[in-house]
Amino acid sequence: MQIFSCPFCGPRPEYEFHFGGDLGNHRPEGPEVSAEVWAQYLHFRNNPKGASEEIWLHMTCGEIFALQRDTLTMEAAPGQALTAAEGRP
Amino acid sequence: MTRHYSALSLVKEGLNNQKGWVRAWESRAPKPRYDVVIIGGGGHGLATAYYLARTHGITNVAVIEKGWLGGGNTGRNTTVVRSNYFFPESVRLYDMALKLYEGLSRELNYNIMLSQRGMISLAHTPAEMEMSARVVNAMQINGTDAELFGPEDVRRVLPIYNFSDKARYPALGGVWQGRSGTARHDAVAWGYARAASRLGVDILQQCEVQDFLIEGGRCRGVVTSRGTIRADRVGMAVAGHSSQMAARAGFRLPVVSYALQACVSEPVKPVLDTIVLSPGAGTYASQSDKGEMVVGGGLDRIPSYGQRGNLPVLETVLSGLVEMFPAFRQLRLMRQWAGIVDVVPDSSPILGESPLPGLFLNCGWGTGGFKAIPAGGTLLAHLLATGTHHDISRPFDLDRFATGRLIDEAAGSGIAH
Repeated sequence: MQIFSCPFCGPRPEYEFHFGGDLGNHRPEGPEVSAEVWAQYLHFRNNPKGASEEIWLHMTCGEIFALQRDTLTMEAAPGQALTAAEGRP
Repeated sequence: MTRHYSALSLVKEGLNNQKGWVRAWESRAPKPRYDVVIIGGGGHGLATAYYLARTHGITNVAVIEKGWLGGGNTGRNTTVVRSNYFFPESVRLYDMALKLYEGLSRELNYNIMLSQRGMISLAHTPAEMEMSARVVNAMQINGTDAELFGPEDVRRVLPIYNFSDKARYPALGGVWQGRSGTARHDAVAWGYARAASRLGVDILQQCEVQDFLIEGGRCRGVVTSRGTIRADRVGMAVAGHSSQMAARAGFRLPVVSYALQACVSEPVKPVLDTIVLSPGAGTYASQSDKGEMVVGGGLDRIPSYGQRGNLPVLETVLSGLVEMFPAFRQLRLMRQWAGIVDVVPDSSPILGESPLPGLFLNCGWGTGGFKAIPAGGTLLAHLLATGTHHDISRPFDLDRFATGRLIDEAAGSGIAH
């Protein structure tokens, strides 16, 4: 059993969490977004082997947060609130 | 010297103390240049090399494998071959593979031990029965064999199923595909390797691709742990590591890598002579020729490159199994493992030229790559030989993610990958 740490609830078992993709994959803005840019946003992923910066949803509390972990060793740092992870107020 | 495998050659070599067999495939040093280089010595890569040589007459070909042949997902799957998909594009693709599998032992002169024992995808609720009828209709319209089973049919093919009134997963019926079956997975890789090697293909094991040779915006070869190898065209069939290879070539893929687990029990007497899948319980099982129950289920929930797997999914799979087959509670598990599979948003493969011209993709098979090996090989060989799509591979090009023309088999056939 993998334990992830939600920044709001603390350490919880893996089945309470849902993977949400790459950290920093922001929705493209503006009136003209090409199909290729949309496809990159919607479908294409970094999928790194090793260190990975990701978005996860803690399904039980409903919060979305940032998680740094290693996709090979499965080590995971404690989750971070998105505002802190992306340096936003 | 004995090359051909037959009953006669067995007798001959038996009398000769087995001294006359030649190696199944040659181990040669890399040449500095090939017409085509294929990255990945699993089933898809080796099949591609074979069809390049046999169908297209291109024999100056190398298959580059960082480990040993068939040591990745080819040796880690649960050996099921089937074509019970929903969309016409998918059925054409997987039925092509199944038809090629049906003639493969003879074609390769290598016994892949294909056993078309039939597969039942169970329905446990009236709603699942309606979905089963929909899938059967789609499969029949698409020209592959499918039958809608009722409770009596399930009783006939699965006599050891839990038919009690209190069963958690009552068997109302399901989708039957009689041509589905199992094949010995190692034999598929070894058979293609032997046939390709005999046609002149070089098979380079313990050779890792570290980078691509890019000149004038085009892929001109690969940099490997055994030196630089130039090639007119390069194909890659590296499954769960496709994103790593793509990163070296400078692009991303719509792929996330997950661990997919399987396990086998101790061997027992024959009790299960079909393949049984329960999408509701998240479990499937078949009995191997050695008597082991080969058991698998859905993906792990956490993207991973660790070939181990995690307990929660294994618990779901095994609790489903013992609920459906109470007799299996006595079984002890011998082995458990995981393979890293390349999961794509629409659960359909990616075949075609990559964003780097000269580099061609065969990836995104997710949890279902083994069953598709002969088709994946045929289609990637067509791409590498002609530079253009085969009719069957065209819908599976990478461009479908920008055009929006996805082939969503997770939604279509409910197959969980």
